[in-house]
Amino acid sequence: MSQTRKQLLTDPLVDNNPITLQVLGICSALAVTSSLNVAFVMSLAVIAVCGFSSLFISFLRHYIPNSIRIIVQMVIIASLVILVDQIIKAYAYEISKTLSVFVGLIITNCIVMGRAEAFAMKNKPFESFIDGVGNGLGYSLLLMAVGVIRELFGSGSLFGVMIFEPVSNGGWYVPNGLLLLPPSAFFIIGFIIWGVRTWKKSQVESREYKIQTIKEH
Amino acid sequence: MEGLISLAVKAIFVENLALSFFLGMCTFIAVSKKISTAIGLGVSVMIVQSITVPANNIILSYLLKPGALAWAGFPDVDLTFLGLISYIGVIAALVQILEMILDKYFPPLYNALGIFLPLITVNCAILGGSLFMVERDYNFSEATTYGIASGFGWALAIATMAGVREKLKYSDIPDGLQGLGITFITAGLMAMAFMCFSGVKL
Repeated sequence: MSQTRKQLLTDPLVDNNPITLQVLGICSALAVTSSLNVAFVMSLAVIAVCGFSSLFISFLRHYIPNSIRIIVQMVIIASLVILVDQIIKAYAYEISKTLSVFVGLIITNCIVMGRAEAFAMKNKPFESFIDGVGNGLGYSLLLMAVGVIRELFGSGSLFGVMIFEPVSNGGWYVPNGLLLLPPSAFFIIGFIIWGVRTWKKSQVESREYKIQTIKEH
Repeated sequence: MEGLISLAVKAIFVENLALSFFLGMCTFIAVSKKISTAIGLGVSVMIVQSITVPANNIILSYLLKPGALAWAGFPDVDLTFLGLISYIGVIAALVQILEMILDKYFPPLYNALGIFLPLITVNCAILGGSLFMVERDYNFSEATTYGIASGFGWALAIATMAGVREKLKYSDIPDGLQGLGITFITAGLMAMAFMCFSGVKL
């Protein structure tokens, strides 16, 4: 794999992560992370949709009239999502119940639309596919990170396998119920962003107002 | 009637689209820097939501449900797998029509909301509202109530968030937390506050 292609794949992981830096596709990132199984299936779904939608849109990029491109992109994405939705329903019915509306919401996931619009419309199919998969992976990385924290500390297990034996089963761990509730996802992503930006200083946003300190003599 | 009121209260406070289902987060975070723009977007979401949810309900019950096509002579046809693509199509078309109507008949409103309307097509709150309507099997009157109430709940959340952020920009925040980070944590605190409503029943 050539250097640029590798970069296309790895760049969205940390340096240009769609969630922490570009603020795209946060909706589902928060909602499906209370258990790892669900987060994992969701990640696969997003990687698949993002990669293939970029691929197909890039194939068609010379034939799509500019004025109706959003609708065309939407139709391609929606058809792929229907496909993914049916596959999940067929092979992982229990998980599809927990994911409920969020598979459908991949259609409006800004990452998919954003990559189609910003990259696939201007680049060759193979590059676009890699870019789509890369962004899907960046999304998945964050999703899994949040999922690990929430499931491990919220119910003491990973992928449904008990790691910390909870008190209710005669173990020692008192599960932190807050982590299973919606607000915790906001805090965890907030702290992850804080961590990433402390590590990569260039991502820090500039202040709107400078706080001035008055020197004392 | 009582059922509808309790549904509305539930949709606005307990199951707030933005704060307990995280729908429409992208715009929620991106457009909540000023109260006036936040209210503009909130109102547009409310309008669009209260039209699209009932419209999709009609599509679902007369075209897609198993047996829904009986009026056309196809009692065995089940088109529910076409759901996603029809809902998003309806939403995109309705937003476009709404934009044209506003432009023609209510120019001041169009000027105020104009920039937000295209954004709304890809707002997950709108599609999410329709999908919840499908999943929970609402009938037409419930769907209408749910559309209006969930839109209002979203508007309420974004307006409050903008209010907090307007004050927040004067505070001394650590560098890494500046901007996006602190916004998430604020949203988390607001979501916790909204959880207090979870016992409320009418």
